[in-house]
Amino acid sequence: MAKGQIFIETDRCKGCALCTFYCPVHILKLDDTQTNAKGYTPMVTFDPDKCIACGFCAIMCPDSVITVERFIKEAQK
Amino acid sequence: MPKSKIVYERSEGLSLMDNSYCPGCTHGIIHKLVAESLVELELLERTIGISSVGCSALNYDFFSCDMQQAPHGRAPAVATGIKRVRPNSIIFTYQGDGDLASIGIAEAIHAAHRSENITIVFVNNAIYGMTGGQMSPTTLLGQKTTTSPDGRTKAQGLPLRIAEMMATIPGATYVERVSVHNPQHVAKAKKALKKAFSIQKENKGFTLIEFISTCPVNWGMTPKDAVDWAVDNMIPYYPLGVFKDATVGEEK
Repeated sequence: MAKGQIFIETDRCKGCALCTFYCPVHILKLDDTQTNAKGYTPMVTFDPDKCIACGFCAIMCPDSVITVERFIKEAQK
Repeated sequence: MPKSKIVYERSEGLSLMDNSYCPGCTHGIIHKLVAESLVELELLERTIGISSVGCSALNYDFFSCDMQQAPHGRAPAVATGIKRVRPNSIIFTYQGDGDLASIGIAEAIHAAHRSENITIVFVNNAIYGMTGGQMSPTTLLGQKTTTSPDGRTKAQGLPLRIAEMMATIPGATYVERVSVHNPQHVAKAKKALKKAFSIQKENKGFTLIEFISTCPVNWGMTPKDAVDWAVDNMIPYYPLGVFKDATVGEEK
């Protein structure tokens, strides 16, 4: 069960891949089947169920293309 | 009861325009930190940023606060003028190592010497990025650039440690060197920036935060290799930490 999810503004991504090295659960990669509006290879999540919403990818993204959303558990209500 | 919350999103201190830096350039991270610090301290409305010459010359488009462009190296001089005319504003300059450490060193030193109430964000990536990778005062010994193709030697001078030098100036209030090579250090860097802006808000004097940054394109590396190179080579020569904090004695 994912603890959160990330939203990627694919067309702003420059494909620098910095985020992929800092993801503790290794679910980010560059998708070389795509080319975005800027002409770069954008980053995608290939296993979103493992996301722990730590935000490391968003913190290290130089272009601020990642928004991180954390799910609130039922027990925390 | 909401089922989720946004824990990280693009700061409102950044404009909607995409930044024009090369992929993987840590300028983008430092921009975010400046923007987030100003938003969190609720200073964005009265902030005026001074952009310098170099890669950061275009950053007047990337921040949503007011910005002013300064001639090469003269950002602290322009900042001095604006701060004295509008003392209630928050002034930061955003300068690279070619701009501050080489051409504008006199302006930076004298702004600190006069204890001007401004914050300098100094981005040290050991190279002139925009003009094509020439040697700068902070280029490391042995580092290859377009103007030192065999590596820098002592004949071109030893790399200049700006934070240590500025800390020796009596007028400087807070001088710290930080890095943005991993999320933990990004958090520390943000804390340093917030401290610097808080000192300025309280009119306590001159603050300078030096960032260890990367230049993947002119160093000839991938973004991650550039970050690793900065950790392995730059941080041993440019140690991180607080070099001067004149506010410590006052608080006690």
